[in-house]
Amino acid sequence: MKSSVITFPGSNCDRDMDVALTKFGFKNKMVWHNDQELPKSDLIVLPGGFSYGDYLRCGSMASKSKIMNSVINFAKSGGLVMGICNGFQILVEAGLVPGVLLRNKYLQFICKNVHVKIDNKENTFFKNLDKKVLEFHIAHNEGNYFCTNDQLKEIEDNNQIAIYYCDQNGNTNDQINPNGSIKNIAGILNKEKNVLGMMPHPERMIDESLSGEDGSIFFKNLLNNIK
Amino acid sequence: MKVSAIITLKKDVLDPQGKVIHQALDGMGFNSVNEVRQGKYFEIDVKENDPKKAKDLVEDMCKKLLANLVIENYKIIETQ
Repeated sequence: MKSSVITFPGSNCDRDMDVALTKFGFKNKMVWHNDQELPKSDLIVLPGGFSYGDYLRCGSMASKSKIMNSVINFAKSGGLVMGICNGFQILVEAGLVPGVLLRNKYLQFICKNVHVKIDNKENTFFKNLDKKVLEFHIAHNEGNYFCTNDQLKEIEDNNQIAIYYCDQNGNTNDQINPNGSIKNIAGILNKEKNVLGMMPHPERMIDESLSGEDGSIFFKNLLNNIK
Repeated sequence: MKVSAIITLKKDVLDPQGKVIHQALDGMGFNSVNEVRQGKYFEIDVKENDPKKAKDLVEDMCKKLLANLVIENYKIIETQ
C-alpha cells in the first residue's frame, strides 16, 4: 500500500508520520507543498506541526498551497485523506471537513495523553477495530472544535463524528474535555467518510517503551482495511 | 488604492482572548467594560483606482482567505 505525507513549511510531525506508516508496511513518500502532482497513493496524510507559523488562522495558508489542489481533487474522487492536528486544521480550512478549530478554551497549549472513544466504525479508518477506546497523544493550542448549530445537526445526522475525548472507560463529559470542543469532538469525517481530521496523534503511540501502543493498533488496522 | 477590512468573530463564537483582556482591564481599574471582542485589521494596497472595483476585490479576498465565514464576519471599512 502506498502513502504520501505532505510537508508544509513548519510541519514537524511529518517524519514521525513517515516512521509510523513505514513501520506498519506502507510504502511512504514525502511530498513537498510546492509540488503540483501527488505520487500514486492509497492514502494521503497531512501531518501535524505549525504550517506557516500559524499565520492568519492555523492551517489557512497551507490550505491554499499548490499541492492542496491535487489533495482536494484526490479527496473529491474518493481517495483516503487523513489530517492529524495541524493537518486537521488544514482540512477544515480547505473545506474538506466541516467546522473550524478555535483557540483552546482555557488558552493553554495542551500536551498530554488522552483517551478517545471511537463512535463510528463504518469507515475505512476505524472499521474492524476491536477496541472502543484508544489512548492517543494531543499537543495543540487550537483544538477547540466548533461548528454552527446547522452544521452540528448535519454532521450528527450523517454520522460524521469519528472520535470523542473520553475517560479510560469511554465516558464523555465536560470534565474530560481538554479544550472545549463541542460535544467532546476530537475527530470528524467528511460526508462520504473518506476524509478524516483528528487532533490526537496516533503516530506518537507506536512504541511501547516510548509511549504506548494504541497507535500501532490504529495503523495496523488501517493498513488491513486499505488492503 | 488602499482598502481596509476588519474581521470580527461572530456573536455566538467564544472569544477566550477577549475575555482575558477584559479581565486584565478590570484588574487595571477599567471597571466600566461590558465585553471585549478581539478581531483583525487589514490594510491592503491594491493595483486598482476604481473604489468600487477595489472594494469588490478585497471583499472577494475576505470571503476566500482573510475571514473564515463559519466563525468570522468581515467589514470593508474604508477606501482611500
